[in-house]
Amino acid sequence: MKEYQEVLYGLYDDETELMDAVRKANADHLDIMDVYSPFPVHGLDPLLGLSESRLHITGFVYGALGTLTAFLFMTWVFTRDWPIIFGGKPYFSAPAFIPITFELTVLFSAIGMVVTFYTICGLGPGVTNPTLDDRITDDKFCIAFETNGYSDEEINKLKSFFSSTGASEVNTKTI
Amino acid sequence: MSAVVSPIREPLITGGKTYHQITEDIVSPTEKMPGKAWVAAFTVSVATLSFGLFCIAWTIWVGIGTWDLNRTIGWGWDITNFVWWIGIGHAGTLISAILLLFRQKWRTGVNRAAEAMTIFAVMCAGLFPLIHMGRIWLAFFIFPYPNTRGPLWVNFNSPLLWDVFAISTYFTVSLLFWYTGLVPDFATVRDRAKGIRKRIYNFLAFGWTGKAKHWQRWEALSLVLAGLATPLVLSVHTIVSFDFATSVIPGWHTTIFPPYFVAGAIFSGFAMVLTLMIITRKILKLEDYITVNHIESMNKVILLTGTIVGTAYLTELFIAWYSGYIYEQFAFYNRALGVYWWSYFGMMACNVISPQIFWVKKYRRSIFITFFMSIFVNIGMWFERFVIIATTLARDYLPSSWSYYVPTWVEIGIFVGTIGLFFVMYLIFVRVAPVVAIAEVKSILKTSGDQYTKEAARANYDKMLHEKPHHEHDHAH
Repeated sequence: MKEYQEVLYGLYDDETELMDAVRKANADHLDIMDVYSPFPVHGLDPLLGLSESRLHITGFVYGALGTLTAFLFMTWVFTRDWPIIFGGKPYFSAPAFIPITFELTVLFSAIGMVVTFYTICGLGPGVTNPTLDDRITDDKFCIAFETNGYSDEEINKLKSFFSSTGASEVNTKTI
Repeated sequence: MSAVVSPIREPLITGGKTYHQITEDIVSPTEKMPGKAWVAAFTVSVATLSFGLFCIAWTIWVGIGTWDLNRTIGWGWDITNFVWWIGIGHAGTLISAILLLFRQKWRTGVNRAAEAMTIFAVMCAGLFPLIHMGRIWLAFFIFPYPNTRGPLWVNFNSPLLWDVFAISTYFTVSLLFWYTGLVPDFATVRDRAKGIRKRIYNFLAFGWTGKAKHWQRWEALSLVLAGLATPLVLSVHTIVSFDFATSVIPGWHTTIFPPYFVAGAIFSGFAMVLTLMIITRKILKLEDYITVNHIESMNKVILLTGTIVGTAYLTELFIAWYSGYIYEQFAFYNRALGVYWWSYFGMMACNVISPQIFWVKKYRRSIFITFFMSIFVNIGMWFERFVIIATTLARDYLPSSWSYYVPTWVEIGIFVGTIGLFFVMYLIFVRVAPVVAIAEVKSILKTSGDQYTKEAARANYDKMLHEKPHHEHDHAH
């Protein structure tokens, strides 16, 4: 990780303009660092070359872990550790284990996925990530380029890209 | 990519909003000093909560004997209130999870507040089984932890224990779902705030920046959590109904209980959402986001679930007669015409008969009628639980054990106290968090904002005018 990043970013007023600009950047072979928006913009991910999130796979794994934990634990308690007869039913009364097994499946899956989500995104209580512009969480759509060690010519090329795609503002920031 | 706008659907966001205006409208209530109405409501809620806490302390100090439960009627207002609150806590997750899977866009206007309500209602509900235990300091015995008594485990075959798992899972998952939805909106508040508020919201926003990859994962997470929460919300009240249905008490021992309880839970939950939203939209001036269309959609759900509940009541009566089993027949005769006939009457009037006025579109869209109906439904659903619990227990197998039950001031005080707790939490929530999901409302603006729907309707009309002569021309040949 670098100590700091020099960032050149442009703000757009509308998600349609943002999408067109990203398409143009792809056509011009510009290396977009990141795109920021106040809400999820659908159709943007393939343009940025982002592959589908695999979070749901982790959800399945955590869920399966919950299923096994609950079912095997109850089986162990009632057949090995302390067998008790309840209402004349067998020690291994699988149907009665189902509700708790289901609940723990959901619980493990939900907690696991949420923790994974915050961890891989680098988010969490007390985390402060550098923000480019306060209006990105309000009504601005942002394309950012990293410009560490860029020559003036390269920077001017990016600036002309922003002006040709209708960015309402272009700024630099060191984060 | 331009959004596909339906020319015939009614707009969900009115007032020709821009993205910035949405932020302004929804965040500004958290930035201003509270109004007089809020202060008054908060004072009353804190007072009722304090009285409730006093009654809880009294119960714990004196013992459960301070309630008027007796040998025959072992469950009274405590479990009635527990089931009532849990039922109310079903609308939030239903709105945010099931309606997300069904891609219902009107959900975005109400899901945040409804989820908050769910969490607070579940907290109120959870209090009752705890204090009902009598020795609350031993409440941790309900968890299967390795202990020095063997270890002696809890009874995993008992519906009461299933309840512990169902409700604690439901509470946790609802909280995670709600908070994950709040994170981007807290970032919006953070980026407008200054000084100490900025520091607080910076902590709450978890460092959210709005990166494309984060949004992608956030949407994936929301979708899978919705998929998990959907069976979960159905399972919770199913398991609550097992508390009754797996017993051998006539009137409780029925297979209809799970669907009937779930429908009733959604019914009462939506009623409570309407009660709160009608006041909230008025006081926080959110009429452009929680429109009459939202209210109408919720009234349709109330009509549907109310009718399901009504069908279940009638089915119970029919099955009792058809079974030919005299104890079952007596249980239902006793419900309708026995000592607690008035609660059965209240239940039928509020839950089955009164919601039928929502077949009329004019009434579905009337805010005044909806508000009173939502209160009726909540009263009716409280009566339903009281009918199931107290009426059934009052007439035991042995006539010598027959009994009657009237709550003491302590039991009433605890119930009133939980209403105070609920409103204290809700009032704090509307002060500190965006009441409407800002990011989600922005994402439907282009398809459901009134300026866009009007434009689409006009374009559609022009197209029809244009196409008509063309068709006639075709037919002529």
